[in-house]
Amino acid sequence: MSTAISVSGLRKSFGSTVALDGLDLEVQTGQVHGFLGPNGAGKSTTIRILLGLVRADAGSVTLLGGDPWHDVETLHRRLAYVPGDVTLWPNLTGGEVIDLLGRLRGQTNLARRNDLIERFQLDPTKKGRTYSKGNRQKVALVAALASDVELLLLDEPTSGLDPLMDAVFRSVVEEVRREGRTVLLSSHILSEVEALADQVSIIRLGRTVETGALSDMRHLSRTSVDAVLADAPPVELLEGIAGVDDLTTDGSRVTFTVDTARVGEVLARLGQHGIQSLTCQPPTLEQLFLKEYATDREPVRA
Amino acid sequence: MSGYAGTGALLKLALRRDRVVVPLSILGLVALAGGSAKSTVDLFQGQDAINAARELLASPALIGMYGPIANPDNPDSFAIFKTLLLGGVCIALLAIVLVRRHTRTEEEAGRTELVAAGVVGRRAPLTAAVILAAGTVLVASLLASLSLIGSGLGSRGSWAFGAAWATSGLTFTGVAAVAAQLTNTTRGAGAWAFGALGVSYLLRAIGDTASGAASFLTWLSPLGWAEKIELFGEDRFVVAVIPLVVTILLVALAFALQERRDFGAGLLPSRPGPAQAAPTLRSPWALAWRLQRANLLGWLIGYAIVGSVLGAVAGNVSSIASSQQMQDLLRKLGGNATSLTDTFISTELQFLAIGAAAYGISAALRLRSEENDLHTEQVLATSTRRYTVLASHSVIALLGSALLMLVLALALALGTRAQYGGFGAALGHLLPSALATIPPVWVCVGLALAIFGSAPKVVYVAWALLAAFVVVGEFGPLFNLPQPVIDVSPFVHAVVLPGSSVVAMPLLVLVVIAGALLVLAQTTFRRRDIG
Repeated sequence: MSTAISVSGLRKSFGSTVALDGLDLEVQTGQVHGFLGPNGAGKSTTIRILLGLVRADAGSVTLLGGDPWHDVETLHRRLAYVPGDVTLWPNLTGGEVIDLLGRLRGQTNLARRNDLIERFQLDPTKKGRTYSKGNRQKVALVAALASDVELLLLDEPTSGLDPLMDAVFRSVVEEVRREGRTVLLSSHILSEVEALADQVSIIRLGRTVETGALSDMRHLSRTSVDAVLADAPPVELLEGIAGVDDLTTDGSRVTFTVDTARVGEVLARLGQHGIQSLTCQPPTLEQLFLKEYATDREPVRA
Repeated sequence: MSGYAGTGALLKLALRRDRVVVPLSILGLVALAGGSAKSTVDLFQGQDAINAARELLASPALIGMYGPIANPDNPDSFAIFKTLLLGGVCIALLAIVLVRRHTRTEEEAGRTELVAAGVVGRRAPLTAAVILAAGTVLVASLLASLSLIGSGLGSRGSWAFGAAWATSGLTFTGVAAVAAQLTNTTRGAGAWAFGALGVSYLLRAIGDTASGAASFLTWLSPLGWAEKIELFGEDRFVVAVIPLVVTILLVALAFALQERRDFGAGLLPSRPGPAQAAPTLRSPWALAWRLQRANLLGWLIGYAIVGSVLGAVAGNVSSIASSQQMQDLLRKLGGNATSLTDTFISTELQFLAIGAAAYGISAALRLRSEENDLHTEQVLATSTRRYTVLASHSVIALLGSALLMLVLALALALGTRAQYGGFGAALGHLLPSALATIPPVWVCVGLALAIFGSAPKVVYVAWALLAAFVVVGEFGPLFNLPQPVIDVSPFVHAVVLPGSSVVAMPLLVLVVIAGALLVLAQTTFRRRDIG
């Protein structure tokens, strides 16, 4: 499998603010790669460097085998971009913007364009200034997704979309994946990345803190358990089991978190007291996220 | 009445945002009035000034340009001859810019919405903007009066001068308040307000130079009211009641219009457009043209009208060979001709070349607003090169500003065809002078582009440079500035009087400078971060 995006040791400062501080990112061809981080972590700056809009201070970047700063024209024929902050020309209609951007890129799939306009329920005759935020987002999505490019760079593409349109977006990305195209999906919406991404890179303060398949990351997190027992649980209920945390008891109800590896041990102990109901929540990306970002939060400019 | 809650807070916000621009503008205007009066008083005293003023009154060309002199026998009236009307135009521009900036621009950007969700009355944003603009106008006018008194002019006339400036500034505060309600874009609001200012200038230009019934036209122009106060003559302060009443009516009209429209909308509705782009909209060039064409067309129509009117005015000017004293005076005022018509046209061409440069700068800086609005980012994410993006808007700015001067020359030639013996002859006579103003205009455009390329955060410096060129070129001789300082302005190197032979060298140098600035713009833009 070849590599679509390869970034290592990427650094970028704007004045005295450090936006990227040695970021690494590896995206394989044909993959939907989640690019996760809180606001201001450096996601947009990374994407803007990948687009050759911003020049990196240090580090190496390879995009589709080329240099994003120098090979702008050839590379951009092969990619499409949805900006994080979509602004349209106020006096151009949505349809005009979609066509214009497609032509400037050098290719549009007309059938796909019309299909997408229909699926996203977009009115292409309205002027840019009259669209709501969600509709502006749809214009940018249709403009990018209507092309047959190899690589899609999507910067928080679903901001402003309602849940129905969110579902449309997910099914379109699924189709893109089946066609073997590559997607870099930046987001702070965890469920979205969880549903779509094969691989995830989590960044914080301009640095990659975690990267890999979601299944490999589960060990990093914890299972949360919520149980109601037959008899009031004794104080020493879970004593001696390592990795139990956040324990609260409320009458016969007990909630806690535990290392996923120790779930069996915990269940055996609970069983001794007669389980009446039990909910075990698998680790979600939410928890990964909280774990990575709960501490040391510092404001950083995007 | 309700609806004004939060006005104070918004006014404070506006003052905070404009804490540099407003004081600097006031300072500039006051320095213009006081400085120009002081140096005129130093140059022309007593009988000299009276003679100069009498000569001026004999020249419809200069009156059309700068307005009449109420009482040539008062030497003070000569000292404010240039600054009354030009200053009045400047203060009107300032009022329009301030009102628009704090009303329609804010609403278009969505920031008013953010504010309106707080405890802010519906009328508060417009009220705050009007108070800011009116306050700025009044402070500038008051200080201008004081600076005239400080320069040694009579106090009654000096106060009348302030009243005249306030007349213009306040009326256009009202005009801008109405214009901000008419369309839903900043550009549209500007077109209405600046257009009204242009019409005011022309109405009084015709009225001042016409005899008989047409002279009534001056009374239809806010700039004309300023003249009708008759500074250092009758000093009729009572005329200033007209702009006061008109301003109040205009602001009331603006509020009434605001009541009738939805938030964010204009009175003129926005219609749906094509669902697909026209086949021609397929390149960065087509996009730049689409974005700029309406603006250019508006300017071209404006220049055609201005040229026709000024041509008609110039056509009435008799080509008298003037006295030695008159020639001295014309030289002081920036001319060097024996024919009054030629002087008039040369002066107008110089004046309107500044306008063409202003168009060129604004067209060039469209690049910056496109970048700020994140549009450039989307275009550059396609296979479009940076070179093309910059080139497309540069070409429109360069050719558009040149086209303005060409249209102006055609319209002027049409108006003066009787004077010069036919349209062809008139055009042949005037065209070299008109074309000679293009290289300095291009230098201004080149500066704007170079600043956009190398220091995009301070593109407003391009406007400051243009203002500096105007002050140096227009008032430099009056202020007795050293020649090297005056020579900084590209415009002073391109004055070609109609009928005289063109010295190509300075013009070529200017074109080369403009070209070098374009290259600088391209190389710096290619290397910098977008955004």
